[in-house]
Amino acid sequence: MSDAVEVKTLIIDGEEVSALRGQTILEVARENGIDIPTLCHLDGLSDVGACRMCLVEIKGSNKLLPACVATVFEGMEVTTKSERLQKHRRTILEMLFAERNHICSVCVSNGNCELQSLGQEQGLTHIRLPYRNPELPVDASHERYTVDHNRCILCTRCVRACAEIEGAHVWDVMGRGINSIVITDLHEEWGSSTCTKCGKCVQVCPTGALYDKSKIGVDHPKNPDFLPYLNLMREAQ
Amino acid sequence: MSKLKLATVWLDGCSGCHMSFLDMDERLLELAELVDVVYSPIVDTKEFPDEVDIALVEGAVASVDDEKKIKKIRAHSKMLVAMGDCAVAGNVPSMRNPIGPEAILQRAYIENASAQQQIPCVVVPKLLKVVRPIHEFVKVDVFLPGCPPSADTFHTALTALVTGGPVDIPALTRFGA
Amino acid sequence: MTVEELEQIAESVRLENAKYDHEIHVCMDLACASQGADKLRDELVKAAEAAGKNVLVRRTGCMGPCSSGPLVRVDPEETLYAHVKAKHAEAIVASLGSLPVPELQCDLSSHFDKQVRVVLENAGHIDPEKIDEYIACEGYKALMTALIEMTPAGVIHRITESRLRGRGGGGYPTGLKWSTVAKASGDQKYIVCNGDEGDPGAFMDRSVMEGDPHRVIEGMAIAAYGVGANKGFIYVRAEYPVAVARLTMAIREARRRGLLGSNIGGTTFNFDVEIRLGAGAFVCGEETALLASIEGRRGTPKPRPPYPAVSGLWGKPTLINNVETYANIAPIIRNGGKWFADMGSERSKGTKVFALTGKITNTGLVEVPMGIKLREIIEEIGGGVPDGHTFKAVQTGGPSGGCIPAEMLDVGVSYDALMAMGSIMGSGGMIVMDDTSCMVNVARFFIEFCMTESCGKCIPCRAGTAQMYTLLSKICDGTASMDDLELLEDLCSTVKEASLCGLGQTAPNPVLSTLKYFRNEYIEHIAHKRCPAGVCTMKPQEVLA
Repeated sequence: MSDAVEVKTLIIDGEEVSALRGQTILEVARENGIDIPTLCHLDGLSDVGACRMCLVEIKGSNKLLPACVATVFEGMEVTTKSERLQKHRRTILEMLFAERNHICSVCVSNGNCELQSLGQEQGLTHIRLPYRNPELPVDASHERYTVDHNRCILCTRCVRACAEIEGAHVWDVMGRGINSIVITDLHEEWGSSTCTKCGKCVQVCPTGALYDKSKIGVDHPKNPDFLPYLNLMREAQ
Repeated sequence: MSKLKLATVWLDGCSGCHMSFLDMDERLLELAELVDVVYSPIVDTKEFPDEVDIALVEGAVASVDDEKKIKKIRAHSKMLVAMGDCAVAGNVPSMRNPIGPEAILQRAYIENASAQQQIPCVVVPKLLKVVRPIHEFVKVDVFLPGCPPSADTFHTALTALVTGGPVDIPALTRFGA
Repeated sequence: MTVEELEQIAESVRLENAKYDHEIHVCMDLACASQGADKLRDELVKAAEAAGKNVLVRRTGCMGPCSSGPLVRVDPEETLYAHVKAKHAEAIVASLGSLPVPELQCDLSSHFDKQVRVVLENAGHIDPEKIDEYIACEGYKALMTALIEMTPAGVIHRITESRLRGRGGGGYPTGLKWSTVAKASGDQKYIVCNGDEGDPGAFMDRSVMEGDPHRVIEGMAIAAYGVGANKGFIYVRAEYPVAVARLTMAIREARRRGLLGSNIGGTTFNFDVEIRLGAGAFVCGEETALLASIEGRRGTPKPRPPYPAVSGLWGKPTLINNVETYANIAPIIRNGGKWFADMGSERSKGTKVFALTGKITNTGLVEVPMGIKLREIIEEIGGGVPDGHTFKAVQTGGPSGGCIPAEMLDVGVSYDALMAMGSIMGSGGMIVMDDTSCMVNVARFFIEFCMTESCGKCIPCRAGTAQMYTLLSKICDGTASMDDLELLEDLCSTVKEASLCGLGQTAPNPVLSTLKYFRNEYIEHIAHKRCPAGVCTMKPQEVLA
């Protein structure tokens, strides 16, 4: 049975590549220098398949699969770029830009934001959808960090980093649908929550939703690259 | 070949886009070879001309006056360019949207006024409930995001638009650039 | 419990029933109960005592035609009385043994004639709170047969042979699902019953759980034997308190009778069931969200694969089926797979329960063979559109389904035919609309439902449905442009193709189907600022501050 074979061969965007059983399409694509856009995925955190940016086409199936969670199989033919996929990716980004108040020019992450740069990469010059302009809070109660819900895209990287890496599970999601927001503890202020002040959530946040107060007005790049390394060190122990 | 007629307009914005436009410096002279600036905050025409080839619009639509203007501009322009984030996306002027115009007027003219606390009701145009980008009112042909788009962006994009050449705008600029 | 003991119980119930000259059945389902069926029953008991007649008054589950309730049926004459009030009790009792009460009698033969009752065979006939009455109707016989005479593989084979498809909406072949779970490796497996019926206008599963709860438990137990599970969960929404109470009682009774627990039927098979309450989230009807909820986590869906059949509850292989699917199991085991496969259409076998609601004369619960024409359901069984109005559309499948217009009514009901028309079978809600319904407004209603019920995890569903709602509201207000319509269609395609779970993937269906069949109504709203049905109020241009 082919499933027992550890090494799989598949085709991504016309290129033959090999993969290990259980690897995701995204892993294999990136190993081979094929770029698939992502937002909620982050190396070192579990995958939730929520942002739908990494959807790819599989030959023989009409269904689009998220590359971050879909695993490879022998003879799989994957298309990562097509008119259909570009259209969905752009529309999803437009939905995000219109959902909350993303004012890039005055955002602490201007120039270091994954949403902003993905928008540019995907060729967005304007948002066709009406802006929703919701009234959202900013919680600056924490001594070091701020959460600005206007910039949050609900990727839940902070939730996963806090639960999976820091083991504190301070962050979670509250509410449903368009009214969902990330909260600390049971919707306490961040400053009076059980936060361990490790700052991992800030580093993994792709936008200016979570930021370091000391970085206001200066360039505030995020550095989430420590995660895979940290995981590696933990596994070695 | 007769020169193209270029207009630049300033709605609810900070004039930063116009400043950046002027930052083209000596390249403005090149542009002047190709276009006539027929209407602009920096020229002395009072009325928007009947026929304009390219209209560059800075700023979002925030008041009834802006709405009237943008509709008139659209009616009289062959090509309409949304210039900068306010025109393209609402940007800073749209930050008042979640709280509404009444709260803004209250803060500006009553709470923060040291004398003559009153909300103006004549001359100053009425604010719209929400500030919106211009494409929500009229058809826009070209979007030039950026806060402001850089002088280089202006130069490359305008040269292409005037000469009819291709231009890859996302490669030049982005929201907040 | 052995087969012989089951027989003894059945026999004693029959003997007990034979003591009475008449049986008066009072429907105590929600619709009838809300109109005083409880008091009616008490009055009937009193009247029977006063008249000194030998009568058994029995409360039952849903009899079907809810709009005619409260319903009373007198056996053995099989006289059906409609709109019965407590004051009629004496007259009914007095009529026993002679001619029926004429002013209460109703002729619902056109309503019942084309129905075939498999799932609802006991509904309206037995007291749902008495396990012995279920046993008297061949209850738990199928479980005993399976345990004693069949191998687990044989059970699955019979289900496969019946060609039963999942009744929760998707129509996945049940036998295939069972055999996948049976083959999945792992010594711990789970059975889950999805009773989180949340579609607006749907109450099939509630009626089954309330009217014949043991049928669900028996189906689950047979499934557990088939796939090798020993633990089951029934996930019921907390908005169904009666269903929860009946199931709780049924589980207790089944345990007492040794039909749940250890060494069932004297075999080595162990199985027990627990109830888990849903907290009101529609998305928890989606299987991965439901499993998350059972585990005590936030009810949000996960990408599949892995499917629950391989990795479900706590990562173990889990069989999850809908209430109605389990309700079909016992009769299939009793009567054989072929018996079931002989009913229905080419690729959709058996019967389907529908909840008929909306602008239709006989609202209520119906069970029809697959393949029956929509026209037969609506015009004959349903009695057509009342008050001289004309039929406009029928919405099947709830918020995930579509609106089917009059010209498609001659299509036979099956999973594939409904899909081809841009709708879905869904769990079985059927909402009939007449000429007083605005289809744009209907689409907006369903999108609003999906928007508020979206879990918020994936962007297309969370933000896409909200944007669609805004655009549909603009169309209803008369403030939309043709560009808005184009944008709406564009959003439909992204929400449909890019959403994570079934909720988002099917959310655009009501919009797409109304656009397909009633596009002119959209155009009227946009171009001429008028609502043809006269439902929407057109707004003047945005008022300036």
